[in-house]
Amino acid sequence: MPDTFLLGGKTFTSRFLLGTGKFSSKEALHASILASGAQIVTVAVRRIDLNRPDDNILAHIPPETVLLANTSGARTADEAIRLARLARASGHGTWVKVEVINDSKYLLPDNEGTVAATKILAAEGFTVLPYISPDLYAARRLVAAGAAAVMPLGSFIGSNQGLRTREFIKVLIDEIDIPVIVDAGIGAPSHACEAMELGADAVLVNTAVAIANDPPLIARAFALAINAGRTAYLSGLPQQRATGEASSPLTGFLFE
Amino acid sequence: MPMISPEEIRAILDDHNPVHLETLAGDARRLTRQYFGHAIGLYTPLYLSNFCASHCTYCGFHSHHTITRVKLTGEQTEREMQAIAALGTQNILLLTGESPQATPPEYLITAVRLAKKYFQGIALEVYPMREDEYRALYQAGADGVTVYQETYDCTRYAEVHLAGEKKNYAFRRQAPERVARAGLRQISLGILLGLGPVAEDLAALYGHLQELERNFPGVEYSLSFPRLRTIKAREFATATVDDAAFVKILCLTRCLFPRVGLNLSTRETASLRNHLLDICITRVSIGSKTSVGGYLTDEPPGDPQFDVADNRSAGDMILHLNAHGFDPVFTDWRKIDNI
Repeated sequence: MPDTFLLGGKTFTSRFLLGTGKFSSKEALHASILASGAQIVTVAVRRIDLNRPDDNILAHIPPETVLLANTSGARTADEAIRLARLARASGHGTWVKVEVINDSKYLLPDNEGTVAATKILAAEGFTVLPYISPDLYAARRLVAAGAAAVMPLGSFIGSNQGLRTREFIKVLIDEIDIPVIVDAGIGAPSHACEAMELGADAVLVNTAVAIANDPPLIARAFALAINAGRTAYLSGLPQQRATGEASSPLTGFLFE
Repeated sequence: MPMISPEEIRAILDDHNPVHLETLAGDARRLTRQYFGHAIGLYTPLYLSNFCASHCTYCGFHSHHTITRVKLTGEQTEREMQAIAALGTQNILLLTGESPQATPPEYLITAVRLAKKYFQGIALEVYPMREDEYRALYQAGADGVTVYQETYDCTRYAEVHLAGEKKNYAFRRQAPERVARAGLRQISLGILLGLGPVAEDLAALYGHLQELERNFPGVEYSLSFPRLRTIKAREFATATVDDAAFVKILCLTRCLFPRVGLNLSTRETASLRNHLLDICITRVSIGSKTSVGGYLTDEPPGDPQFDVADNRSAGDMILHLNAHGFDPVFTDWRKIDNI
């Protein structure tokens, strides 16, 4: 049976979500989406140029791709809600990645505002994927608010630092029943692989692809790493131990 | 705790080793690409009025100059906005001289409301205001305010600001804080390079930005470094900031503030702008006219505040960006009612 990923009532075969910011050209973005095999791409509502329907970012996204509008730039729940509604009103679908960020230095999400926006948008029929700092209480509230997934950050957005929040993400994977998509800080295919081995349902990558010398090539590398990590997870990785373990068990004699 | 002292900045400015400069530029470029990618924000200035009630010795608009004073009417403002919108950019910077009498807040509110019809991002570069006045502009649809201290050296500030409200150093120094309290989302700070002691001014600017980041973390900050130019054969600069020093200042700023936007206007030449785009600049003005009424006629009635050194058309600038691996960003905000 193929390993599929159920999200927001849709079934996906790819577990790689791609961000669309920071690319050198729309052509580089388009080639990277194709190379990544991503079936969901996220686009900042604020960057969609409605005056240029033929040349705005949406014109370079393959038609079969699910568009995940994001509320980048929103400082409050209210601003995120308005951006999401604008996206829907201008025909950009009902899938929204809620970002509420009121800190321009670290760009850390405001979990409280994110929960508030998610509650309202989910009730309005949006498929809401909230971007959060990995916090169990916030994640539980998001489940209750009707989120379709939670998107905890691996490290600071754009930092390429990898899974600095690994232990906290693991808690969400273990305790939260909706998909966990690791977002932000994934700087190398090995980071993405690690997230998938850990049991994440998917990862979202942007900067590491967008600013690479050859974005489509690294997008392909990420896709392979995500598949490898997922396959390893499904295989049941042998548990890591902090100490050596005797190959002859100490209590084995009891059962001889 | 200051992040860098004037002495440390001076040591960097006085270091003429090209290898060190290249290393600094490399670091600046890496950070810029990491945090901003290949995106370059675009905006276009609209000079609404050159009336000025202040006497700042270094400025082409100051009240004692016998330049032609012009203020756009509502109808003229709208026609200029239509001409700017046709350039493609959806971010506008509305500018006036320092005259609350000629261009009171109500005048600016009207201009912001008009701008909302044509643009997604609206910023103002006008005289410092009270918090309630900034709030009214925000509620009318303004997103950002640019306010340069010019120099943080109080003595020098008093020497060059002889009359008018701009004499009030403290009211200007506290303006960004009032802007933030009023709810605006973008603040641009700057110093007029060469007006005061450069190293001290830079250290003070960095300190000011740090203070604002701490107290108002949600605001998106950017910095500009206009260089003082000679006006009508009179020299006001205390120090000349040559191209090498200018590049160093921008690179140092990028390294200290990796996520802060760096703006570069058409005061600088096309060649320098091109090189700096490749290093650390994240936002440029395009198609700029610096005379009141300059978008509708080649011979506008109002004298310019400064002469544009990069005369490329908006279209040529966009072609340049596309050809050199940059993604020109026409819109970086979606207007939502700021109420």
